Amino acid sequence: MDYNLMREFADSWGLVAMALFFVGAIAFALRPGSRKLADEAARIPLEDE
Amino acid sequence: MKFGTQIFALGLFTFAALVAAGFGVDEPFRQHMWVLFFVLLGFVAILIRNSNFEVPASIDPSAYMDGPIRYGAIATMFWGVVGMLVGVVIALQLAYPDLNIQPWFNFGRLRPLHTSGVVFAFGGNALLCTSLYVVQRTCRARLFGGDLAWFVFWGYQLFIVMAATGYLLGITESREYAEPEWYVDIWLTIVWVAYLVLFLGTILKRKEPHIYVANWFYLSFIVTIAMLHVINNLSMPASFLGSKSYSAFSGVQDALTQWWYGHNAVGFFLTAGFLGMMYYFVPKQANRPVYSYRLSIVHFWAIIFLYIWAGPHHLHYTALPDWAQTLGMVFSIMLWMPSWGGMINGLMTLSGAWDKLRTDPIIRMMVMAIAFYGMSTFEGPMMSIKTVNSLSHYTDWTIGHVHSGALGWVGMISFGAIYFMVPKLWNRERLYSLRLVTWHFWLATLGIVVYAAVMWVSGIMQGLMWREYDEQGFLVYSFAETVAAMHPYYVMRAIGGAMYLTGTLIMAWNIGMTILGYQREEEPMPGSVPALQPAE
Repeated sequence: MDYNLMREFADSWGLVAMALFFVGAIAFALRPGSRKLADEAARIPLEDE
Repeated sequence: MKFGTQIFALGLFTFAALVAAGFGVDEPFRQHMWVLFFVLLGFVAILIRNSNFEVPASIDPSAYMDGPIRYGAIATMFWGVVGMLVGVVIALQLAYPDLNIQPWFNFGRLRPLHTSGVVFAFGGNALLCTSLYVVQRTCRARLFGGDLAWFVFWGYQLFIVMAATGYLLGITESREYAEPEWYVDIWLTIVWVAYLVLFLGTILKRKEPHIYVANWFYLSFIVTIAMLHVINNLSMPASFLGSKSYSAFSGVQDALTQWWYGHNAVGFFLTAGFLGMMYYFVPKQANRPVYSYRLSIVHFWAIIFLYIWAGPHHLHYTALPDWAQTLGMVFSIMLWMPSWGGMINGLMTLSGAWDKLRTDPIIRMMVMAIAFYGMSTFEGPMMSIKTVNSLSHYTDWTIGHVHSGALGWVGMISFGAIYFMVPKLWNRERLYSLRLVTWHFWLATLGIVVYAAVMWVSGIMQGLMWREYDEQGFLVYSFAETVAAMHPYYVMRAIGGAMYLTGTLIMAWNIGMTILGYQREEEPMPGSVPALQPAE
């Protein structure tokens, strides 16, 4: 496990995995039907004291 | 016995400090251990004075634990005044070098005291107390772990005292924003892991199914700072009874580790943590939900994935490989999008309630904070572009940029959060005075504007003077000439800083009087009471 091996992993599979995770997270946040749940979640701070 | 275990454990710790003070291998370490010894001795004495043998009152497990948060709010104000005062002192030292008092109070030792004082002591306490306030109220659960919150609070104050006194004694690792030496670093690691357990434990026992987005930001701040702190401070002490250690890295790797840490301290301490504050306190003060909850989630993931790569822009035109410099620059520029998305989300939370800007000085403060978040996150990526950086780097422009972010964004959003929290924490009907908040707002805003504008002029002038060649290829100005040219700007900068400090002192007075239970008799804010209509 030397520097070059890690470097190659980072700019191939590592990069792909992180990019996919990011795109997946954004797609999940914007999925159809999430608006209602998001609007409910947005009210959490306002509902107690 | 109340505090029995604590007194015993702290007593042992005090004794260990005494032993270290006796056997230390270098003079600064021995002095530092004497400081530790007397601080701990005082603390043990206070605990013994407050100890008793009564049966402790049972705790209502459904009530929020606000004691450490009250202490945290007071600590935020205290360290804020100290850190900003030191800032004005070192600004004056730059303008008038005779003010350097050797050896403890020269610029080299006071500068880290200022940066750590405002970032870690003021900002850190603000994050600590607001995060514990927010996590309980959005999870509807009491803090996890009993007295763990008290350990985190007092442990963090001990870290601050040890870091600050170490700087004055000349003990430093010379790593920017991470100057404390190895033994103080280890102590902070212990406290920080306890903080993570406290925060995560509270989230795990939540009664609200969804984890509100502010908690995501706070959690990412705690986790990332743990990782950054441990890796950046990997070092080998020269002696386990001495104040000197050597970094595990060397050369350009050491520099990159340092700036990977340094920039993510900006990204995750000064940005992500305070965004958590924004996503809770702005909706609360405006009494409206955040403009778009889904945008806040996109904001979160984009910040997380982009910020961590931006550090190399601090090392343009150095021995760092070219591809790494370009990578840092590109990721910095991509940060424009989530930063402005977040700014728009914060500002638009007020849509339909813009009239509050006229009537509510606390909202005004928060909006100014978000505006400065937008401005400094526009300026930062621009400065990371290599051609711009070749002019701006090492000049006062950088200092101006940092302060528009730190005074404008971090300072103002923290002030807004403290103004919101304090009357609630002490069950006061309202603040002592809203008029004083208006004074604070204008002093702080004008102070920042003076500061940032002066540093732009001074920094760009400095950069242009450094690179000025004559027709034969000789540099036109000596370094000392560029310093002399900056003198008037240094004086004006100190004036801007002093205005900001004055605002903070007014706030400390206002908060103190609120805690003591006074209410100032004053005219209500114009527009806050509907004007009476004449009878028809």
